Order: sequence, then C-alpha cells, then structure tokens
Amino acid sequence: MNDMTKTEKALEMKTSKISAKNVQVHYADTHAIKDVNVEIEDKTVTAFIGPSGCGKSTFLRCLNRMNDTIDICRVTGDILLDGEDIYDRRVDPVQLRAKVGMVFQKPNPFPKSIYDNVAYGPRIHGLARNKADLDDIVEKSLRRGAIWNEVKDRLHAPGTGLSGGQQQRLCIARAVATEPEVLLMDEPCSALDPIATAQVEELIDELRENFSVVIVTHSMQQAARVSQKTAFFHMGNLVEYDDTTKIFTNPEDPRTESYITGRIG
Amino acid sequence: MSASLLLLIILALAAVGFVIGRGRALRSVQGDRRRLHSLPNYYGFNVAMLAFVPAVLVLALWVVVQPMVVNSAVSGLIPHDSYADAGALNLIMSDVKRVAHGLDAVAAQGIVQKIPLSEMNVGNTDIRGLLGSVGVALGSDVTQDVLNAAQEFRAKSAQGALWMSIIVLVVALAGFFAAIRMTNGDLRARNLVEHGIKAVLIGAAMIAVLTTLGIILSLIFNTISFFGMFPMADFLFGMTWSPEGRGGSEHLGILPLLWGTIYISIVALSVAVPIGLFAAVYLSEYASRTTRAFAKPLLEVLAGIPTIVYGLFALTVVGPMLVGFFGADGLNWMQGARSVMTAGLVMGIMLIPFVSSLSDDIINAVPQSMRDGSYGLGATQSETVRQVVLPAALPGIVGAILLAASRAIGETMIVVMGAGAAARLSMNPFEAMTTVTAKIVSQLTGDADFASPEALVAFALGMTLFILTLGLNVVALMIVRKYREQYE
Ligand SMILES: Nc1ncnc2c1ncn2[C@@H]1O[C@H](COP(=O)(O)OP(=O)(O)O)[C@@H](O)[C@H]1O
Ligand SMILES: [Mg+2]
Repeated sequence: MNDMTKTEKALEMKTSKISAKNVQVHYADTHAIKDVNVEIEDKTVTAFIGPSGCGKSTFLRCLNRMNDTIDICRVTGDILLDGEDIYDRRVDPVQLRAKVGMVFQKPNPFPKSIYDNVAYGPRIHGLARNKADLDDIVEKSLRRGAIWNEVKDRLHAPGTGLSGGQQQRLCIARAVATEPEVLLMDEPCSALDPIATAQVEELIDELRENFSVVIVTHSMQQAARVSQKTAFFHMGNLVEYDDTTKIFTNPEDPRTESYITGRIG
Repeated sequence: MSASLLLLIILALAAVGFVIGRGRALRSVQGDRRRLHSLPNYYGFNVAMLAFVPAVLVLALWVVVQPMVVNSAVSGLIPHDSYADAGALNLIMSDVKRVAHGLDAVAAQGIVQKIPLSEMNVGNTDIRGLLGSVGVALGSDVTQDVLNAAQEFRAKSAQGALWMSIIVLVVALAGFFAAIRMTNGDLRARNLVEHGIKAVLIGAAMIAVLTTLGIILSLIFNTISFFGMFPMADFLFGMTWSPEGRGGSEHLGILPLLWGTIYISIVALSVAVPIGLFAAVYLSEYASRTTRAFAKPLLEVLAGIPTIVYGLFALTVVGPMLVGFFGADGLNWMQGARSVMTAGLVMGIMLIPFVSSLSDDIINAVPQSMRDGSYGLGATQSETVRQVVLPAALPGIVGAILLAASRAIGETMIVVMGAGAAARLSMNPFEAMTTVTAKIVSQLTGDADFASPEALVAFALGMTLFILTLGLNVVALMIVRKYREQYE
C-alpha cells in the first residue's frame, strides 16, 4: 500500500504541469478558496466539478492570474507552472496568459473578422514572421478548433456572425493560436446545444495530445466523457481529486458520492 | 370669462367629477370593491378625464383660432388705399390692436367719459391723450379708420370670448354627465383610462413632430422667398459676403461663412475628440472606482457652463494668450485676439465633456467578456483598449463625434465673441473669420426690414445649416448601422 502511493507520487511528479499548494482566495470578505492543493498533469484533461458557487471558476482563474483583473480579489499560496511560481514578482501576468490560455463560458469572439480573431494572439505576441506564416498559424489553429472546414471560405466575415457552437470553437481556435501549454475552459459548453457540445467535447479530446486541459463543467456526464482526472470542489474546499473513473465509480468522500448521485446540487 | 378662469372652472369640475365618479362606482356595488371591474380611482379618473380633456382641447383651439379670425375680419375695414403692402397693413393692424387694448383698459378702469366709449370718434375725443392716461402710448394720432377697426376688434373679441365660455362649459358639462351616467361597477374604467393616457401621449408626440414640421416649413418658405429676390447661384457660390443695409446688396455669398463654420468646427473637433476620447478611456478602463466617482461629475460640470461664459473666456483669456505667442511680439501671424484658433480652441474645450461623457457610456457598454477574452490571450490593457474595446465601441463613438460636430456647427456665442464678425475666405487660422450662425444673428438684429433680402438671407443660411447637420446625422446613422450589421 505504502509502496504504491510512492510510485504513484513519483509518476505524478514526472508529468505534473501545474502544482498548486495551499492556495487561498479571498474576495474582500468572502473566503472563496480554502487551502487547495492539486497537481495538474501534462497532456491530460482535468475536470473541475462541484455545485454552483463552490469556487471552481475562481480557482481556474488563479491558474492564469485572471483574478488580477478583479480589484478585490486576493490570492495566497503557491502555484507552480513547470516548477516556476507564477505569482512571483518577476513573472509578467501578460506573458503567463499567453502560455495558459482560457476559453470562457459564453463564446466571446471579438467584433472582428474570423481571421483577425484567430490572428489576435499571434499578432500581439509576435509569433509570425510574415503574412504567410500568420496565414499558416490561423489555418492550423482553425483546424485544431475543428472549424476550418466551416469557415475557410469566409475568413474575412465577422466572427460574431457565426452560430453559438461555431463561435465557441472559434474561441478555442483563438486560444490555441498562441500555442499555450495549458488550456483553461470555464463551462465551455453551457451555452451550446447538444450537437455543438458533442463537437466541442470531441475537440477537447484531440487537444489533449498537445495541451494540458482543465475544464470546469456542470455536467457529470461531460466530466466522465472527456476527462482523465476529476477534482470535486465543495464550498471552497477541494474534497476529492482522483482518476475520473475512480471518482465516478468509487468515490472516497461521502460528499462526492452525494454530488455525483445528485443529492447535493 | 377669461381663458384662465375657464380653465380653473373645468379643473374644479374634473375634481368634483373624480369624487362623484368614484363614489357612484362604489355605490353601484354596495361598497364591495372586489366586485368592481377596475380599482375605484379609475372610475374617478374616467369622469375627470372626460370632463377635462375635450373641454381643454376646445379651449386651446379657440384661444389660438379666435385672434386669427378676428384679425382677418377687422383688417377688411382698413381701406385699401391707406397701405402699400402686407407689411404696412401689419403695422396698421398692430396699431388697431393697441388702440383696442387701450379702450379695454379705459373701460376696465372705469374712467368716466363725457362721451360713452361706443360713440367716440376722432372729432369729439382726444383718443391719443385718453389712451396715454391709461398707459398705452401711441406714436401718432389715431385716424378714424383705425378707431373704427379698433371698436370692431373689441366687439368681435368680446363676442368671441362669450361664445368661447359657453361652448367650453357645455363641452365640459357634457363630458361630465356622460361619464357619470355610464359609471357603474361593470364599466371597464381601467381600459378607458388607458386609452385616454395613450391619446395624451400620442398628442404630445404629435405636437413635437408638428412643431418641427412647422419650423422646417417656415424655413423653406422664407428661403424660397429669398431666392425670389436673390439669385441662388450667387448665394451658393458667391465668394464675398458684404450686405449693404436695406436692399441692393450684391454680395451675399455663403462660402466665406461656410468656410468659417467648417474651419472653426475642425479646430474644435481636433481639440475635443482626442482629449475627450482619451479621458473617456482613462475613466472607463484605468481609473479606480473612487477616481471615477469624483472625476466624471467634475467633467460633466464643464458641460453645464453656458456658452456665453466660454465666449468670455475666449475673449479675455485665450485670445490675448494666443496673441502673446503668435501676435506681433511673437511669430507675427496674428493681428487681433479674435481668430479661428481662439474660437476653435474654446469650442473644443466646451465639447470635451460632451465627447467624453458620451464615449464613456459607450465604452462601458462593451461587454466585460470582450475584455476578459483579450486579457485571457495575454494582451495588455492598452492593447485590449485599442484592438478590442475601441473597435467594439466605434459606431457609438462615431455617433458621439458627429453629434459633437453638429453642436460645433450650431454654436454661436463663442464665435461672436472669439472669432469676430469679418466674413473671410482664408487658410490662416489666426485670422478673424465668422460663421453662418453668427451672421444669422447679425442679419436679424438691428433695424433690418424683415422683407428685404438682407434679412431673408438668414433663413437661407439657417436652411443650409439645417441641411448640413441633417446630412451629418444621416451619415452617423449609416455608419452606425453598417457596423451594427457587421458585429451583431
Ligand atoms: N468577482 C467577484 N467578486 C466577489 N465575489 C465573487 C466574485 N466572483 C466570485 N465570487 C464569489 O466566490 C465564490 C465562488 O465563486 P465561483 O468561483 O464563481 O463559483 P463557481 O464557478 O464554482 O460557480 C462565490 O461565493 C462567489 O459569490
Ligand atoms: Mg463558474
């Protein structure tokens, strides 16, 4: 028993991408995240589940320092990306967010053409040497976003003119275009219909080859379908974190069991 | 009975109607308000409304129409050979009215006369002296024609007022009793009041539209009569503006004025747009909540300053300051304190809060999710503002700028005080020029005859301004619509 945990730990250490230690988040007087420790693995889909208001989005936003844009938000503890503290003074949050991309709950394409939406990140980070290079990046990203075939004939049409599901895949392509190492997704399918959801889920599974993906979801089935690891949050605590199959078949904590069987919502 | 007394009477009737209608409705259901179709007050309002509204409409109509009818009837009494044209007849008619009012005053003050008012004529009474004693001063002695017309005027007015009282009261009472008779528990008073309110709202909208239409029509007719006296091509393409007093002006070309307007507006906008826009970006994107709460109202105070104060500022501060730099002591580009630059700079300052406050609202309306999306991709704040927020807000901002341009074009006081009165076509922004609005004022003030081309040209100038601002608004709408199609 003891040996097994040791080997497991060794394995985790080897592939850990993000490691959070004793993370606490306060919004003014609200204690939103309470002492969370978690290791997020590389090339894995990790799902965050839990009832509304339990702090999933808050914790996700700690991972790329999006909480910096909220005045009243205070984060303490250590979050390491590839062993480096992302809250260190020397780290530029702007550069960090290029490495840790984010996809939001509501599709939010910019009021620009499809092409310019995808080219946005590469342009501000100077990733392309010339126009042809940029064209390549855009095409590759749109292909990765599984939307290339639908938009290749109208790259210069506005991104806001697409359907909801297409917009969300465009946003994924946009996030992928900056070559992030981690992709954070906050309920990316909650505004989508079942068909678009299926397309996005399929896409997430493909993204796993290149990125570490963290997805917040309200759908148990979705967590079970797309993720390899699942973290269950409850009232700001990380209650249980384990392999998805384990969480869904044999949870250790009674709260996890109640939640996945629908007794706490 | 005077119109205001009548109005009071109808109001009282409406108030009484409210109480009676409410009580009658309640009595019809033995005081059990649950059995009423509507709340009790609605029955009261219904009676008050029917007693008040039609009567007031009749009253208003009468007050407007009666003087016109009396006027045209009385002016028939003035012999045709005593006046040359419509203008002269108007002058005589205003004498007639003054005499009539004077006689009214004599009657009202109960000044006892040897000869009763109705039998007076120019031969047996000193009319001018008599009217002078009640405070109505006349410029010349009253002729018999005018006196006759004045007597007729008084008679017709008195008759009209009597009929007005009778008819208005009849209408009010008819509405009052009709409404009371139909009041019972099943009456759908709530719906009737709803219809009444809708009618009042429609009426207000109609008045707004009709007055606008009236203003435009009067502009058009006066412009047409101006072009009847002055060639249109000379007005539109004339390079000189030099009106010569009464009639006989050869040079009424709008180009120098239009140029002044446009030049000053350009200077004003190039001050107001960048500063206003940057201020708006700072306030909405960078400023902390406390700074914003304090700076925004402060900026808006600027918008409340009357333009004449800005004019003073232009004349006494900005003008002399510019002369210090660009005048004879400095670069020697500027002769006096009044110049395009002076007026343009001050007008720009006036427009800053206008631009910034409109743009601030528009920038705030850009959804936070746009900013999050940009930050999430690793953009800095200024990159986000430049590439996401401003483009998303652009249609609104263009609208705000065009509105500011409309204001700049229509501004008068700052121009009069800051830019001078010389109509001039020149590229030098340190020279005095003038604008269309300033010239409209100067053409219509003073003793100009309103029928002369020198006065009527004001309407043509006004028409030009109107077309200009209308064009700006249409362009603004087109831009906004184009972007909206693209981004929604
Ligand atoms: N911007 C904010 N300001 C203040 N409190 C917030 C803010 N965002 C979230 N919270 C609070 O933090 C807690 C966790 O919220 P959140 O992370 O959005 O939950 P979840 O995504 O799991 O539904 C909630 O109690 C919420 O009210
Ligand atoms: Mg959330």
